[in-house]
Amino acid sequence: MEELDGNGVAGLLQEIFGTEMTTAVVTCGSCGAVAPIAEAVVYPGGPGTVIRCRNCTGVLVVITQIRGMSCVDMMGIGP
Amino acid sequence: MRTIELNVPSWPGHRAGQHLDVKLTAEDGYSAERSYSIASAAGEPVAITVERLDDGEVSPYLTEELGVGDELEVRGPVGGYFVWEAADGGPLLLVGGGSGIVPLRSILRQRGLSGSDAPVRLLYSARARSELIYRDEIARHRDGVEVIYTLTREQPADGWTGYTRRVDPALLAETAWPAGKHPLAFVCGPTSFVETVAGGLVALGYEPGRVKTERFGGTGGR
Repeated sequence: MEELDGNGVAGLLQEIFGTEMTTAVVTCGSCGAVAPIAEAVVYPGGPGTVIRCRNCTGVLVVITQIRGMSCVDMMGIGP
Repeated sequence: MRTIELNVPSWPGHRAGQHLDVKLTAEDGYSAERSYSIASAAGEPVAITVERLDDGEVSPYLTEELGVGDELEVRGPVGGYFVWEAADGGPLLLVGGGSGIVPLRSILRQRGLSGSDAPVRLLYSARARSELIYRDEIARHRDGVEVIYTLTREQPADGWTGYTRRVDPALLAETAWPAGKHPLAFVCGPTSFVETVAGGLVALGYEPGRVKTERFGGTGGR
């Protein structure tokens, strides 16, 4: 499966959040690793785009776009 | 490999290392979108360099069918992480694998245009001599730019002065700026290449926050 990093979804994130997001630093809810989105592992090829923690591979964010609507699940971003 | 210059009337300007996204839509509504590193410096016309991937959905069109005067749907500039501006200084260590050279070319051009005197070492890995892109242009950078080539699948018989080996921690130790110079590194290439280089630089004492990485899925440069 194709594997990129967060730089590759800068455009998608900017479309959804309205601002540059790849420099945003997130904390992984699974392992606590702290890293900019640019460093995360991105799988763009599925029904949605899956953004995973590079340290533990836990899911950080899932983005699905269908019929002009974006569903953003930030399930794995820690406090 | 093809470099395409785009005329985007509403282009707001970009920074070296940023991307743009190209979206192709078929007559039946199916669409595919890919993100490409911008190959030109800030202030220059927008250009992308596209490597044709045999199983690609976008690159075969861009490299073989797109002609002068055709229109494309683009979004950009995007990205803010793998970006260099003159104020960021150096010394700069640029490490590219295969078409990972593209954003590094943008940074090199930016350095030249801005009159920056940040010293640069560029370590550029490709499979074969014929796959090195921008070679003449890179050779024209002189003051303060050192270029180190390595080929991973070819050992040219004649006149080759570069390395013929993969980039690994030993080669990095030999060629990269010493960590004590507080270098700023940009590493772009296939995922495994980037992991090897970024890990190797941190092991040499580079600050993780000053090793910027960008990975793409292909296998160029290995």
